[in-house]
Amino acid sequence: MLKIKKETGNGSLTVQLEGRLDTTTAPELEASLRESLTGVTELTLDMAALEYISSAGLRVLLSAQKIMNKQGEMKIINVGEVINEIFEVTGFSDILNIE
Amino acid sequence: MREWIIGKAGDDVKELTIDAVIGNMEAVTDYINAWLEEIECPVKAQMQIDIAVDEIFSNIARYAYTPEIGEAVIRLETESDPHAAVITFMDRGKAYDPLELKEPDTTLSAEERPIGGLGIFLVKKIMDDVEYAYRDGQNILRIRKKI
Repeated sequence: MLKIKKETGNGSLTVQLEGRLDTTTAPELEASLRESLTGVTELTLDMAALEYISSAGLRVLLSAQKIMNKQGEMKIINVGEVINEIFEVTGFSDILNIE
Repeated sequence: MREWIIGKAGDDVKELTIDAVIGNMEAVTDYINAWLEEIECPVKAQMQIDIAVDEIFSNIARYAYTPEIGEAVIRLETESDPHAAVITFMDRGKAYDPLELKEPDTTLSAEERPIGGLGIFLVKKIMDDVEYAYRDGQNILRIRKKI
């Protein structure tokens, strides 16, 4: 289960994720980002309430990062221990801007 | 590799037989999480096991029997000394050893990264042991996590 809460500002989009970003839910995030990223120059993904992330979720983050590389910046905030370890072992900590 | 002695379902061994389809992902996760709570698995290890289960069951669901639908058997056991959760996934689909996959290059930039190929790599990193065998027409993939 994944809850996606979006807040838009002037060219910015903050997405709060709650639950699990896995095989079942990753397509929901992908679709949700796809419909909201037009014109966004600052994308923030808030993972404070995200329990874990599997490779299906990593794939969505990678494509979001590629889109944002072209049109602005993406950052990830409030990353917990389990998710941080996933970012570290996969080398995603070097690709993503984690604050 | 250790002996592949697989216990019978009973007091200490739980077993779930379920159609290997993505729609059953949540049922599988719920079944395993209920067991992990029973055996008092710490929260961090539980999340890591959930990630491994997501990778492995989704792989079986997507590739083992396509385009047919087949069953997967998931066996749950504990080990003592050191205390560990052991989960064995079995299917009768195409013979496939995921451990033979080339490891992804984790130093590539976002633009250079291929989409995919990370799942089993991740499983190997966050579990203490991952073993594969093909026996009697079955793919057998076993993960162990100290808890």
